[in-house]
Amino acid sequence: MTEQNIGRRRLLKSMSAGFAATVASPLVFTSRGYAQEFCNNPGDKDPIFGFNVPQTGTYAEEGLEQLKGYELAVKHINGEGDGGLMNTMKPMALKGNGILGRKLQYVTGDTQTNTDAARDGARRMIERDGAIMVTGCVTTGEAVAQQALCHELGVIYMSGLTHGNDTTGKDKRRYGFRHFFNGYQSGVAIAPILAEEYGRERRAYHLTADYNWGWTQEESIRDATEALGWETVKAVRTPLGIGDYSQYLTPVLNSGADVLILNHYGHDMVNSLPQAVQFGMRERMANGKQFEIIVPMFSELMAVGAGDAVKGIIGTQNWNWQLEDEGSKAFTNSYGAAYGEPPSQSAHTGYVQTLLYADAVERAGTFYPPEVIKALEDFEFDGMGNGPTLYRGSDHQCFKEVLAVRGNSNPTSRFDVLEVIGTTDREKVTYDHAIFGGELGPYEPNQC
Amino acid sequence: MFSLSRKDVTTLAIFSVIVLTMPIWLSPLGAAYPGLMQKFAIYAIFAIGFNILFGLTGYLSFGHAAFLGVGSYTAVWSFKLLSMDMIPALIFAVIFAGIFALFIGYFSLRRSGIYFSILTLAFAQMSYSLAYSVLTPITNGETGLLIARDDPRAIDALLGVNQTTSGMPTPSLLGFDLGGYGGFYICAVVSIAAFFLSQKIFASPFGMALRGIKSNQTRMKYTGFDTKPYMLTAFVISGMFAGLAGGLLAVTDPIAGAERMKWTESGNIVLMTILGGVGTLVGPVVGAWLIKYFENIFSAINVNMLNAFFDFLPEGMQAVMVTILSKFVGEGWHLTLGLMFVVIVVFLPGGLVEGTERLMRWLRRRSKERDEPTGQVASGRTGNE
Repeated sequence: MTEQNIGRRRLLKSMSAGFAATVASPLVFTSRGYAQEFCNNPGDKDPIFGFNVPQTGTYAEEGLEQLKGYELAVKHINGEGDGGLMNTMKPMALKGNGILGRKLQYVTGDTQTNTDAARDGARRMIERDGAIMVTGCVTTGEAVAQQALCHELGVIYMSGLTHGNDTTGKDKRRYGFRHFFNGYQSGVAIAPILAEEYGRERRAYHLTADYNWGWTQEESIRDATEALGWETVKAVRTPLGIGDYSQYLTPVLNSGADVLILNHYGHDMVNSLPQAVQFGMRERMANGKQFEIIVPMFSELMAVGAGDAVKGIIGTQNWNWQLEDEGSKAFTNSYGAAYGEPPSQSAHTGYVQTLLYADAVERAGTFYPPEVIKALEDFEFDGMGNGPTLYRGSDHQCFKEVLAVRGNSNPTSRFDVLEVIGTTDREKVTYDHAIFGGELGPYEPNQC
Repeated sequence: MFSLSRKDVTTLAIFSVIVLTMPIWLSPLGAAYPGLMQKFAIYAIFAIGFNILFGLTGYLSFGHAAFLGVGSYTAVWSFKLLSMDMIPALIFAVIFAGIFALFIGYFSLRRSGIYFSILTLAFAQMSYSLAYSVLTPITNGETGLLIARDDPRAIDALLGVNQTTSGMPTPSLLGFDLGGYGGFYICAVVSIAAFFLSQKIFASPFGMALRGIKSNQTRMKYTGFDTKPYMLTAFVISGMFAGLAGGLLAVTDPIAGAERMKWTESGNIVLMTILGGVGTLVGPVVGAWLIKYFENIFSAINVNMLNAFFDFLPEGMQAVMVTILSKFVGEGWHLTLGLMFVVIVVFLPGGLVEGTERLMRWLRRRSKERDEPTGQVASGRTGNE
């Protein structure tokens, strides 16, 4: 090997000169950054929203549904289409001519159902595309990760489908908002239905997906059912993403339990529920009672995936297209006209979040985040499909009716998989925000 | 100690220029924003480190993401407990990843070939499961480990550094803020240093020994050469590079999630290395950039953008083009990447670096206007490129 004494000083000198030049050059290009008083101020340009949803990975289906909801919302805000929920939302400041008179643009990204990729996508939207607001997710992990990032960069984040308590609990942020309900509310909403259907003397066995969302839901459902007088026989954690649940289902049969509660979501539930049904659990008698299975958190796509097994199973939902109120009908109609099928709750929450943000900007008269946040906090609205709703200021959680649903025994179409069997009032699902801890942080934005 | 061969100095200089001028040459490609450029620099370090193991010894580790994850978790804990400064965070990230690699390497290296790969994969999946659910008090599970305003931060408290002016505290280097371009240049400088280190390793007797192990381990042993310590050292060094990359990921974006340790991430780094060229110095880096580019830019192209791009075509043609191409961008970016991977592995087994070399040779031949038949040359893998 040829050893050569290159002039180290000279090398260093020339390298540092080159370094200085390259360091300086991007500063020239980015100097406009100092002209804006907050991150991605649209100024005279059109505002840009960032829709960051899983388009690949475990929850791609729900993510793509959500994206359709967002795209529909953009159309309606810009005055295209039939206006959808713009006609039913009360109060409503948007005029159907974009936001503050400017046409709304959007960019999209793929979170791959992965928190790192979600943050990469959100950063691209904020740093390259100049997004003034980022929204979308299907897991609580994605929600918390993007919410924290957006808070650091001073951009508002409207979360999509996230059901874990942490998003507006332990990990809440001033710049993050959630319209979707959470595990705690599921527990409170499902308890009275369970008491009515299955009585107050039951012995429950939990199978729980072994990660944060599963645990918070198990805890919430446990608290709620034990308050009814139910006994919890055992709570078993199952690893995420396994296909075969037989080793977890066999012990249930001899445990003396007469109710199985599946704290599973997505693929986990699509696998575990049919297998439980194949075990003959629903035909069994235990403790002199009919054995029952409960899936506390339901979605249409999961119900379709689980097929016939879902018939008669009770759970909760944020929203269902079969609701009879004005808002739900309007949304189902315009979504159906655009995409030829009824919307899922994932599409609904995405659509509503976009409209809520746009409306808040219109009311605040500016895109300046602290003003928009103040417009959203403690905002009371109606006509979005969930009855009167409050965006609580102390934790940025929406409070509205929660639906109890049951797998439809005689579906009339492939979309008619869940029927609404009851609603729980907003007052009942309202809780003290202090029970989850966490801190919202300051209003003042960081510079991105 | 810092001397290099003339060829290596040239390579290092070119590499430095390419990395440092990223903000300029990436802007026409739509990738010149700090978030992605930081990832480019960091994954270059990861790939360089992986290549020290895979490229030199031929041992294919399928669990390298575990070290990346360990580095990230360590760095975030350092932010939480010690200081928001990046120096202790990176030092601890490298040390912990090294210890972790020592542990995994000690057991995995008892086997070679496919068994070694499976062992590392098993260890990595174990670490992932631990991080995802069992060790939740340390890792915060699925949600990911985040910094909070009221963390203790012993050193910062001792020195009276108070960062809570507005918003969340952000990582810094001796008081300088590391947001945006600052963070990118730090990562770029570290990646150049890592590249230099790997050049030294490739050129050293140690690197020679590793290559010997790759070509015929049994023969090495018969000549009285104990290969085990060499293998373990290579594994630990490689793990430390990954830890450094993980630490930098946390520095530029203070969160550590379990997904970083998933087997798909380990698979990704293998893809990056093979795509670029195994055993070459720059190959893995090129591969890493390519995959990160696809992941971030291609996945963001949607139908609207395609429509705008093909605006010049007549109505019908535009619709046809958009329909065809939309399958390959956005959610279909994996498809494009897969096709490209197949093409490269089938036609250019030495990766993109070999492709470039072939092109150069061809150009040279043409200029000399000679048409001699050439034999198969495997020079793409000889190192010191």
